[in-house]
Amino acid sequence: MIEGAPWRRWVFFYVPVTAFVVSLLFPFYWMVITTIRPDSELYRPWSAANYAPFWTTRPTLEHIRDLLSETLFSTWMLNTMIISLAATAISLFCGLLAGYALSRLKFPYAGLIGTAIFITYLVPQTLLFIPLADIIRNFKLGDSPWALILTYPTFLIPFCTWLLMGYFKSIPKELEECARIDGAPRWKAMVYIIFPVAIPGILSAGIFAFTLSWNEFIYALVFLSSPEQKTVPVGVTSELVRGDVFYWGELMAGALLGSIPVAFVYSFFVEYYVSGITGSVKG
Amino acid sequence: MARVAMRGLNKMYDDVHAVIDVNLDIRDQEFVVLVGPSGCGKTTTLRMVAGLESITGGQISIDEKVVNELPPMDRDIAMVFQNYALYPHMSVYDNMAFGLKMRKFEKAEIANRVKEAADILGIQDLLKRKPRQLSGGQRQRVALGRAIVRHPQVFLFDEPLSNLDAKLRVQMRVELKKLHERLGTTAIYVTHDQVEAMTLGDRVVVMRDGRVQQVGDPMDLYNQPANRFVAGFIGSPAMNFAAVRIAAENGSLWAESADLRIKVPAPIAPRLGRYAGMDATLGVRPEDLRIARDGDANDMSFDVAIEVVERLGSEILLDVAAGSTSMVASVEPTVTAKVHEKLRLAINPDRVHFFDNQTEAAI
Ligand SMILES: Nc1ncnc2c1ncn2[C@@H]1O[C@H](COP(=O)(O)OP(=O)(O)OP(=O)(O)O)[C@@H](O)[C@H]1O
Ligand SMILES: [Mg+2]
Repeated sequence: MIEGAPWRRWVFFYVPVTAFVVSLLFPFYWMVITTIRPDSELYRPWSAANYAPFWTTRPTLEHIRDLLSETLFSTWMLNTMIISLAATAISLFCGLLAGYALSRLKFPYAGLIGTAIFITYLVPQTLLFIPLADIIRNFKLGDSPWALILTYPTFLIPFCTWLLMGYFKSIPKELEECARIDGAPRWKAMVYIIFPVAIPGILSAGIFAFTLSWNEFIYALVFLSSPEQKTVPVGVTSELVRGDVFYWGELMAGALLGSIPVAFVYSFFVEYYVSGITGSVKG
Repeated sequence: MARVAMRGLNKMYDDVHAVIDVNLDIRDQEFVVLVGPSGCGKTTTLRMVAGLESITGGQISIDEKVVNELPPMDRDIAMVFQNYALYPHMSVYDNMAFGLKMRKFEKAEIANRVKEAADILGIQDLLKRKPRQLSGGQRQRVALGRAIVRHPQVFLFDEPLSNLDAKLRVQMRVELKKLHERLGTTAIYVTHDQVEAMTLGDRVVVMRDGRVQQVGDPMDLYNQPANRFVAGFIGSPAMNFAAVRIAAENGSLWAESADLRIKVPAPIAPRLGRYAGMDATLGVRPEDLRIARDGDANDMSFDVAIEVVERLGSEILLDVAAGSTSMVASVEPTVTAKVHEKLRLAINPDRVHFFDNQTEAAI
């Protein structure tokens, strides 16, 4: 906390925090207000006498209703959910084992392999989708959820591996050594001692991976084509922008509903999540 | 109960030779303490016995059975770590029961053993708590409890008391000693605190730079240190050393320097004979120095100036200078010496040590 005179607290704490919070939350406010604003207000020119961009006097749910009845939004939600959960589960499983091995087992080139995995994470998706598209076509996975479930781990596994590797390193190695003296073979020490202790780290990795897959755009855009296979980010932007017509109300309603699961996941695990990021286990 | 033997034990880490040719025979029910300055290889030795560190050369056997390649779980040992390494997500009960569960003990037997250990250590009331809800001393007890429930062949301790405050450390030291008397399990205990080593050990192993310097019971180490390092390491305050030249005169030997001149006591003179005309190091413990009386022979005393007076209650430590040689003398609390005073100190002739300057070995 800032010490000293009240004006110092204002200048160095309240004002910056407020500015920060406002600028962070404004896009969400904009999203909400656009969703519930009737079309007549949405498309009113800025020079009109009763132009009021920051509030509305006649809130409506018509955009949400349109979104759910006129588009395949609920299918997109389901697709995104299935793909994100599956990709997260695969990545978390691989990341757990890889992260554990890289941080705890002694084998030749462990450091090199760790770095190599990290470098694969640095290859931009905008480049990687070109060769991946070829592979997807060869395996005839195009336009199916598998195209994404199997390609998302290309960036999620390095990510999870690195996050968990760091977390495992922060767990005192004596815990595991003690378990092994106590009679647990390595895999039992891992499952009964290290993984439970690493739950905050595992949850953070899972939440991050889930969010990354939920919001992923390029692969979903390239590998899926039929409307009923699409994910929320791609479906909303491709089906609600026709030529140069933007269905702003439905677009924002889609963005709003689409962010609810992520917000839900975050709020549910926020405590674990924070302690996972800041690491460290007390003995 | 078991014997532990180390034969020509070596450990190399890349370019660090952490443990060099350690030979040690630990008897059944013995409490052996490894002591030495930081980085001397104590922990490494202990971890090799535990099976947590691979052995570069040599052999470790427990009860005549070579265990070099045996994984930790099959060695039937228990280890207490410096940071306790309690499993943070388990209750105290589960912490203590974990080893037994892994070894597939019956539930009732587990409960019995945990209760027995908890009674011994006085932690019956803590069984439901999580480690983070315990004080340092309580964690220490739980860590001990986790070791004793398994009734292992050998206990290994790696500086288990060093995270406790001074008072608690003394208290736990006594409890550890009692515990060992009660259970009689062979124990290897690592510490860098020579007081802990002396009070706990049936035998003490002094190590330096990966090598064993001396093995012996505490009083042997104190009375007959094998070399200058052990002499300086064991005992507090540390032994005083003075560089001297051995001179033969009128059929007796003298240890002399610009600052003092001492007659070498007759019993050890024969051993020093071949050093006549050579340099050596004189060693004398603070408690073997006293303020000279009128009747004292001149050949066992020397003049000093007092630089610091430390009053400890039961004794007074005088930091003195004999010319350029600094020494500490421990004298009775009734002495009224003051700083800058000059006085004469006498040496107890039975307790003078000499060390070779090249090998540092005791003469
Ligand atoms: N994993 C390691 N890799 C490389 N060198 C190591 C490793 N562990 C220990 N060493 C080195 O081996 C030597 C002995 O270390 P060890 O931990 O046994 O010392 P110690 O006597 O237990 O010291 P302390 O009292 O500080 O615990 C030291 O020089 C140390 O730097
Ligand atoms: Mg150590």
